[in-house]
Amino acid sequence: MTLDKLKIGKSGKITSVGGEGALRLRFLDMGLIPHTVVRMQKTAPSGDPIQILIRGYELTLRLEEASKIEIEELSE
Amino acid sequence: MVFALAGNQNSGKTTLFNALTGSNQHVGNFPGVTVERKSGEVKGKKDCTIVDLPGIYSIRPYTQEEVVSTDFILNEHPDGIINIVDATNIERNLYLTLQLLELKVPTVVALNMMDEVRENGGSVDVEKLSGILGVPVVPIAAAKGEGISELLEVALETANRKALPSVYDFCNDGGPVHRCIHAIVHLIQDHADSLGLPCRFCVTRLIEGDGDMDEKLGINQNEKELIEHCVVEMENSTGLDRNAALADMRYNFIENAVAQAVIKSSESKEHRRSVAIDRILTGKYTAIPVFIFVMFLVFWLTFHAVGQRMSDILATGIEMLTQAADKGLVSYGINPVVRSLIIDGIFAGVGSVLSFLPIVVTLFFFLSILEDTGYMARIAFVMDSLLRKIGLSGRSFVPMLMGFGCSVPAIMATRTLSSDRDRKMTILLTPYMSCSAKIPIYAVFSAAFFPRHAALVMIALYVTGILVGIIAALMFKSTLFRGKPVPFVMELPNYRLPSAKTVALLLWEKAKDFIERAFTIIFLGSMVIWFLQTFDSRLNVVSSSADSLLAIIGRFIAPVFAPLGFNDWRVATSLISGFTAKESVISTLAVLLGTSIDSLGQVLGSLFTPLTAVSFLVFTLLYTPCVAAVAAVRRELDSSLKTLTVVISQCVIAWITALVVYTVGRLLF
Ligand SMILES: Nc1nc2c(ncn2[C@@H]2O[C@H](COP(=O)(O)OP(=O)(O)OP(=O)(O)O)[C@@H](O)[C@H]2O)c(=O)[nH]1
Ligand SMILES: [Mg+2]
Repeated sequence: MTLDKLKIGKSGKITSVGGEGALRLRFLDMGLIPHTVVRMQKTAPSGDPIQILIRGYELTLRLEEASKIEIEELSE
Repeated sequence: MVFALAGNQNSGKTTLFNALTGSNQHVGNFPGVTVERKSGEVKGKKDCTIVDLPGIYSIRPYTQEEVVSTDFILNEHPDGIINIVDATNIERNLYLTLQLLELKVPTVVALNMMDEVRENGGSVDVEKLSGILGVPVVPIAAAKGEGISELLEVALETANRKALPSVYDFCNDGGPVHRCIHAIVHLIQDHADSLGLPCRFCVTRLIEGDGDMDEKLGINQNEKELIEHCVVEMENSTGLDRNAALADMRYNFIENAVAQAVIKSSESKEHRRSVAIDRILTGKYTAIPVFIFVMFLVFWLTFHAVGQRMSDILATGIEMLTQAADKGLVSYGINPVVRSLIIDGIFAGVGSVLSFLPIVVTLFFFLSILEDTGYMARIAFVMDSLLRKIGLSGRSFVPMLMGFGCSVPAIMATRTLSSDRDRKMTILLTPYMSCSAKIPIYAVFSAAFFPRHAALVMIALYVTGILVGIIAALMFKSTLFRGKPVPFVMELPNYRLPSAKTVALLLWEKAKDFIERAFTIIFLGSMVIWFLQTFDSRLNVVSSSADSLLAIIGRFIAPVFAPLGFNDWRVATSLISGFTAKESVISTLAVLLGTSIDSLGQVLGSLFTPLTAVSFLVFTLLYTPCVAAVAAVRRELDSSLKTLTVVISQCVIAWITALVVYTVGRLLF
C-alpha cells in the first residue's frame, strides 16, 4: 500500500520511494528511504496534508506526494 | 579566516552566529528563517569572520536560498566549516554532515541543543562520534551560550592546522555501493587531483548523474560509459536506483554511528508536549477556530487593548512636548517662518507618526511570538489545502503573515518557496496584506470617523485586503500563473518557549527601525511638504496654503480621485508622499492641515465624510507599496517592467475597489 492510505496512529515500513526529480531527492534527503519506519500522526482539518513521524521528527507532506511512497503496514 | 556555518534548517545556525558575533540577526522556530548569507566578525578575535547561511538538507540545492549556501561552501572556499547539528534530530542532520565531509575542508561538528538532549536523559559520546566522523565534535547549546568558546577554539585550531576530515568512506562493507564508488575513484582520481577538486565529492556527483561534473572534470566518452556501467551494476545488485542507493548508504552509516555513540531518550518532553498542543492547535475541529481566534486576539490586543492604549499615552506626551516647544520658540521671539517649519512641519509630521510606535511594536511582538513558538509552521500545515485552492502552498502563508509587519522582509522570505511560479505569485500577493506602516493612517481615520468601532474598522480593512488578494490570486492562477502548485514537504519543529532575549532584541530592532524612519524619511518628507506648502512659485511665503507650490501640483492630480469622493489637493499630495513611506500619508496631512496629532481627527472632518473616509482608507490599503517594498519586489522579480506592472496594477485595483465602495455606499446611505 502507499503512505497516504495509512490510518492515523498506525506505522509502516517504507518499501520504495517514487516521485521524480527534485521531489524524490527531497524525500531521500529528509530520510524517507526504504526500510525506514514511519508513523501516521494526523491529517490537517481538510484531510490533506498529512503529518508523519519519521526518524524522531515530524514531517508534513500532501496526500499526492505520500501516494508515491510504498509502505508495508506494521502490526503493533 | 573565514568560517561557514552550515546545517539543516532550524538547527540554530543564526542563534550561534549571534552568540559568536554579538549581532542581532533574526532567529525563529521555523524552517527557513534565514534567506541570505550574512557575515560577521567574531567578538574578541581579530580577522575571524563567520558567515551565517540559509539552512540546507543536502548539498544539492532546490530553492533559491539553498543555492546561496551551497554556492558559498563550494565556490568561495571558506577556511573552515562549522557544521551545526541539531542533536535532538541527529540522524537527519548528520545526513548533511556526511556530504560536507566529502568536501575536504577543515570541519568541526557543533552538536547543538544539547540542553534538550540532556534534560530528557539522553547523551552523546562525543569522543566516539568524533572518532567515527573523523572530525572534532563539540557539544553546545547555542541559545544558552554553552560551549561556544570551546567550539570557537576547536574551530580555529582545526582551520589553522588545515586538518581535513579523516573519514570520507561511508560504505565500509565491500558491497555493491562500495565497489561502484571505488571503481569510479580510480577512474577520476587524477582528474580531480589535477583540478584540485575533492575526489569523493566528484564521485558522488557523478553517480547522482550531475552533467556539469562530467564537464568540469573533463571526462571523455569512454570514461563516461565506464562510470555508467559501474552505476548500473550497483543499481542492479542493490535493487535501488542511484540516488536511493547513496541515500541508503549514508543513512546506514549514520544509523550505525548513532547506535554506537548516542543514547537516545525514549521520547523527549518537547515532542510529547508538541503532540499534546497540536491536538488542539491542529486538531480536526479545533484548528480553524483556534487560528481565527488567535488572529482576532492579536489584532484586538494590538489595535485596542494594548497597543492603542500605549499609543494614546504617547500621543498626549508628544502633544505636550510640542506645545512646550511652541511656547519656548514664541517667547524666544524666533522668526515666524522658522517657528512654522519646526512646529507645523517637523513636530506635526514626525510627531504624528511617532505616536504609533507602540502599536507597531505590539504587532511585531505578536508576529514574533507566532513564529518563535513554532505555531507559524502549523499555520502553514493547516492552511495548505486552502491556499492550494488559490494555486499556492502552505509555505506561502508565512511570507503573507509577515507582510502584516513589513512587506520588505516578507517579500524576501518568498525565497524559501521552491517554485518560481509560487514565488512570483506570493510576491504579488504580499502587498495585499496590510503592512504595519499603514496603521497610523487607519488609526487616525477610524478614531476620527468611527470612534466607537475603531478596532472593528481596522479588522475590516485587513480582511478587505486579504479578500482582494484572494480575488487577485484567483485571477493570476487562471491567467498569468497557470500550472500546479509545488509539493509541500516541510518539517514541523517542536514547540518552544520563545526566549525573552530574542524577542526583546527583535522588538528593539523594529522599534529602532521605526524611529529611524520617523527621523529620516518622515522628517525630510515633512520638511519638503512644509516648504512646498509655505512658498509659492516665486518663493514668497503664501498667506494661504491654497496658493502654494504644493497646491498647484496637488490640484493637478486631485481630479483623479474625484470619483472616489475626495477631490482635494491636500489628500492627493498625502497619497503621493505615501509612496516614500506609508506613514507619510498621515504626517503630510498633519503638516498640510497645520495640526498636531491630537486634533488631526477633528480637522479631518472638514475634508472627509465617513463614507469618503472609508473610500480613502480602502484606496490607501490597496494602492502601490512604498519605495522600499517596490525595490524589494524589483530585486526578487529581477525585472523593472514586471515591477512597474505590479505598481500600476495595484493602483488600478485600489482605484476600482475604492470606487465600488464609494458608489455602493452612496446608494445605500
Ligand atoms: N533549546 C534550544 N533551542 C535552541 C538552541 N539553539 C537554537 N535554538 C532554537 O532553535 C530555533 C531555530 O534557531 P535559528 O538560529 O533560527 O536556526 P537556523 O539554523 O538559523 O534556522 P534557518 O535560518 O531557518 O535555517 C529557535 O527557536 C532557537 O531559539 C539551543 O541550544 N537549545
Ligand atoms: Mg537562520
